[in-house]
Amino acid sequence: MNIQVDNPVLEVHDLTVSYDKKPVLWDVDFTIPYGNLVGIIGPNGAGKSTLIKAIMGLVPKGSGYIKLYDDSLDSVRHKVSYVPQRESVDWDFPASVLDVVLMGRYGKKGLLKRVSKKDKEIAYESLKRVNMLDFASRQISQLSGGQQQRTFLARALAQEADLYLMDEPFAGVDAATERSIVDLLLEMRKEGKTIVVVHHDLQSAIDYFDWTLLLNTRLVASGPTEKVFTTELLQETYGGKLTLLSKIGDLMKEKQFPAREK
Amino acid sequence: MSDFWIILTGCLASVSCGLLGCFLILRQMAMVGDAISHAVLPGIVIAFLFSGSLDSVPMLIGAATFGVITTYLIELFNKKGGLQKDASIGITFTWLFAIGVILISLYADDVHIDQDCVLFGEIAYVALEPLVSYIPGLSAPSTVWVLFIVMLLIIAMIIFGYKGLFLTTFDPSFAAAIGVSTVVWHYLLMSAVSVTTVVSFESVGAILVVALLIAPAATAYLITDKLPKMLVIAALVGVIASFGGYYLAVWLDASVAAAIASVLGIEFTLAFLFSPQDGIIIKRLRR
Repeated sequence: MNIQVDNPVLEVHDLTVSYDKKPVLWDVDFTIPYGNLVGIIGPNGAGKSTLIKAIMGLVPKGSGYIKLYDDSLDSVRHKVSYVPQRESVDWDFPASVLDVVLMGRYGKKGLLKRVSKKDKEIAYESLKRVNMLDFASRQISQLSGGQQQRTFLARALAQEADLYLMDEPFAGVDAATERSIVDLLLEMRKEGKTIVVVHHDLQSAIDYFDWTLLLNTRLVASGPTEKVFTTELLQETYGGKLTLLSKIGDLMKEKQFPAREK
Repeated sequence: MSDFWIILTGCLASVSCGLLGCFLILRQMAMVGDAISHAVLPGIVIAFLFSGSLDSVPMLIGAATFGVITTYLIELFNKKGGLQKDASIGITFTWLFAIGVILISLYADDVHIDQDCVLFGEIAYVALEPLVSYIPGLSAPSTVWVLFIVMLLIIAMIIFGYKGLFLTTFDPSFAAAIGVSTVVWHYLLMSAVSVTTVVSFESVGAILVVALLIAPAATAYLITDKLPKMLVIAALVGVIASFGGYYLAVWLDASVAAAIASVLGIEFTLAFLFSPQDGIIIKRLRR
């Protein structure tokens, strides 16, 4: 199933990406409508992170093209925000939370202009929205995982973008933080933002996302979440792994563990 | 007066190196600094053979070129060849350094650089240089002038390029996502390291220049967790080592460059033990 929309915020056409000649994404083709909370779901190594990196031009494309707001990335870069995986940076870096959030202002200002009072106000406002205002002058080396993630989200908010691409924002955060991040994303959607989230947990995905992409190197499905979440499509995405899981379940019930042949 | 010039030379070299070293260690590229400091040697010799003089400008251009080539080769072997980063560094700089050594021995008669000087440097020679005056009323050995100008350039680069260096060091993929060229900043920093290495080279040599690049930055990293403070502390650590090293060398009648590097080692050890945030003794006392 691949539901195409008219006038999409993001269009990926025939995208193929390879690392060392091994395809990580193969012929991926989809469109995403405005104002949705979108989940990219798939097993480990399915190319989920690579997909949003390719959209941001961070990995070279083998073939295909990507359009944002019916335009190239370079001309709409100020409207797009990218939130990398939390583990991708060194959190022992000598910087404060505010320093990191202010980076969200660099794109609009350029690198040579000084940080203005207004930039700081926006940064504090963003910190407030993620409940991190009290931590503004804290060194990032002293943050917990959930606080690190919220710092990254505040930086993204400070960019004042319209389209947000987030790589695993729920990875390694506790349940309370996850809940508060989801609330923030819903709030952002209400403001008309489009948010694309790489996510690995199937169960919560059904509750969180309006639109879901099922990905496993190839695109298995793209459409409204309730239409995409069918046993058949999930089986196709997770391949043998889901069947293996159900087989293991059956075996556990019958308590018949196969002995290794001699 | 000779004390003054020697100490000033040490200070100028160690401030430039210390500032750049902060960004090198935060980028986890300390050994790239090591590599560059060796691999610029063929650049210097080739520049000398072309220009026929020990004039600084052609040498700096030659060195910067080879610094960039070194960085490029390391990336090439690492990314395209699939070789480990440390192995790429090891193969690149030893090979380029070896070419430099061969070039020196081939043209040893014409070239005024000898291998000992390249490896160990001789900071005390600065006191024997004739004084030159570029600004009325101020005269100094030409080595001091060159080091001074390079230091000003590096301070200017860090002040005006602070956001770019900070951003591309902390989070390169976010930098790229907002349209900042990480490649440009990478090569800018590497060129600065090459140039600084060469001008510091004459005084402290290829081996000890690595100490100036890494030790002050590593010491500062242990003492503070704020980048602007780290830069200032790294510069100070270098200045202290230049003073301390000089008097230690006079007292022991030993090599000044080696004494400076030894003092750097002592400063690092003190930071390692007593730093307010990471010092192991302070941590134990707090427990």
